[in-house]
Amino acid sequence: MEENFEHVWVEGEVSNLATPISGHLYFTLKDAGAQLRCVMFRASARALKFRPKDGMGLIVRGRLSLFEPRGEYQLIIEYLEPQGIGALQLAFAQLKERLAKEGLFDEKHKKPLPRLPQRIGVVTSATGAAIHDILNVLDRRFANVEVLICPVKVQGEGAAREIAQAVRDFNRYGHVDVLIVGRGGGSMEDLWAFNEEEVARAIHHSRIPVISAVGHEVDFTIADFVADLRAPTPSAAAELVVKSKVELGAELDALSHRLRQGVRRLLADCRGKAYALSLALKDPTMLLGHLAQRIDDLGERLDYARRGEFKRKRERLALLRNSLRLSNPAVLVERGRERLLTLVTGSEHSLHLSIERHREKVAMNSGKLQVLSPLETLARGYAIASLLPQGTTVRDSAQLAEGDKIDLKFHRGGALCRVERKHLADGQET
Amino acid sequence: MAAEKFETALKKLEEVVKKLEGGELSLEDSLKAFEEGVRHAAFCSAKLNEAEKRVELLLKQKDGTFAREEFRPEET
Repeated sequence: MEENFEHVWVEGEVSNLATPISGHLYFTLKDAGAQLRCVMFRASARALKFRPKDGMGLIVRGRLSLFEPRGEYQLIIEYLEPQGIGALQLAFAQLKERLAKEGLFDEKHKKPLPRLPQRIGVVTSATGAAIHDILNVLDRRFANVEVLICPVKVQGEGAAREIAQAVRDFNRYGHVDVLIVGRGGGSMEDLWAFNEEEVARAIHHSRIPVISAVGHEVDFTIADFVADLRAPTPSAAAELVVKSKVELGAELDALSHRLRQGVRRLLADCRGKAYALSLALKDPTMLLGHLAQRIDDLGERLDYARRGEFKRKRERLALLRNSLRLSNPAVLVERGRERLLTLVTGSEHSLHLSIERHREKVAMNSGKLQVLSPLETLARGYAIASLLPQGTTVRDSAQLAEGDKIDLKFHRGGALCRVERKHLADGQET
Repeated sequence: MAAEKFETALKKLEEVVKKLEGGELSLEDSLKAFEEGVRHAAFCSAKLNEAEKRVELLLKQKDGTFAREEFRPEET
């Protein structure tokens, strides 16, 4: 039987999948009507890019064989592919899902490209189209950048390991600003190394920013998802680097221009201001002329004032002010009061004077009176003689005869006397 | 490393330009700022033109160190 059915193709659904450590795969292929036990030994299973799962539809090719210990038929699988989709596509899908879940593709892991890439590291084949294209672009654009190439296999056995190692080596070396990891176009199998987990992890861990540049525009590899930036082709990657420098140069030029413009404008402003100010200063004679004119004008006004116009006007003003003040009833009252006071005082005064004068007169007269008073005369030693009995005052001796009786009045007291003899005024005796 | 200094200088240049355009500075300060700006611009320009055009291979030595060798695309 084994000879009759050498190699058969079987289609079915996976169930009861077992993947022991041995690396062998054990499962049952089922369809509606039948089931077949399968085994894929490690040697063959190792080459599988994808992982079979329960429920997956598979197309397998293998040899029928009898497992004697159990007496069962089994299919020893040599080749396995998924139903409805390529094995590679499935492997791709599975790895993408797994790494995405781990977060390897997250935006937050993506580093920005350096603004000034001076040294570029390139991981690619030394002979392939990629490096050729990259160097072409740099040449064409006269870009002054340094390129360091770490040559690797980009397909086939061991390519993934070499690529991953190159990325790690560049990180150890350190003196590059950005990495380009890629290769020229090819089939999915050709590009497969860039879908390997090892490469993805190396790119993820790279401290140096990585641009992936694998195949053509339509090709997307796992490396593209995990890189910091994807370029559709290696040429495009080179353009990105060059653009960075070109943009930077333009930015610098713009800033320099603004710098110079800024200062130029500032100086123009200052110059303008200075000019405007200088205009005011421009003609000192004009300024002096103005001043001279002012002086003349003031001089004239002074003269005018001196000529008395002002004086007269001022007088008139004072007059008016005065009469205004005078007609002030309060002032009138005050003045009335004053006059009254004056009059009263005046009349008092004249009254006093009058009284004083009379008093004087009286005093004078009484003084005179006193002197003239006979009593005073008597005090002086004179005596008043009166002829008795008539009592007439004797002034002349002729009035007397010998033997008359006279009364003598002295200052104090008096006496009754008789005339003994009389004499005349000139002293002659009769 | 060199890239960092370039970034800083470029940023400083931008700041100076903004200050100058702001018009708030005195004439003296403006001129000082302008000088500073010119210095930064010169530095940046030098940095941009610094890198030489060179293509080399990075070769890992047995002892783990790295060597560089000129890359000749025609030969390989």
